[in-house]
Amino acid sequence: MTDMKTPLAKVHGFGSAKEGTHHWWLQRVTAIANIPLVIFMVISFVGNVGKSHAEWVAWLKQPMASVLVILFVANFVYHMRLGLQVLVEDYVHDHGTKVASMLVITFACVLIAALSIFSVLRIAFGG
Amino acid sequence: MAQVKRPLSPHLQVYRWGWHMAASIFHRATGSALAVGSILLTWWFVAMATGYEYFNTVQEYAGSVIGRIVLFGMTLALMQHLLGGIRHLFMDMGKLYGLKVNTATARFTFIGSVFLTLVIWYAAYKVMGVI
Repeated sequence: MTDMKTPLAKVHGFGSAKEGTHHWWLQRVTAIANIPLVIFMVISFVGNVGKSHAEWVAWLKQPMASVLVILFVANFVYHMRLGLQVLVEDYVHDHGTKVASMLVITFACVLIAALSIFSVLRIAFGG
Repeated sequence: MAQVKRPLSPHLQVYRWGWHMAASIFHRATGSALAVGSILLTWWFVAMATGYEYFNTVQEYAGSVIGRIVLFGMTLALMQHLLGGIRHLFMDMGKLYGLKVNTATARFTFIGSVFLTLVIWYAAYKVMGVI
């Protein structure tokens, strides 16, 4: 069926969804938090490059390192989830594919965060 | 949803390439590349938690020629996204919209990301004692 109404006409009168800036704002919050966290990660990688497994583990076991790495993972994954959502909204036009893509992205982001954070915790609390 | 084909606003193909346009496109491209890189980072954390044998295998992949090329590309993408992101934060505050400053800062993100990437890799090789 061909719908002659424009997208604007369809939503006219419903009022705003009251969440227009929420996504935008969270992307900026995570972006700002990412700046010091990325600097920390880069310095850590450069400082420990070429080290053995035992040395890497000893580094990650330090409370400050464990916590900052976990915060980095949680923050960048949230930022990534928001960014990928924008890509889907811009380039995927079919509604079904859009919903499916967002589900895959969300699940993948949660999986990435869970695997990374669990690994850090296992090392931090391991013997 | 069946819809009438309406004319769209002009897209990429009608614009002449400039530093600001490149900065915008590369911000998206590097963000997407880093999303792929996040899988590699996760793999590395999991390898570390799995044990030293598997960790060493993954470290060998990372240290191979292809591994180093990928990691170099990821460093470059990260620095470009970082500098581009900081530029965007200033633009969110309503700054850097003058034509000259906009182009200059866009160009700076590219020069800066290449510079920072080279500094990081120089430092890394220095730490490894290769240089």
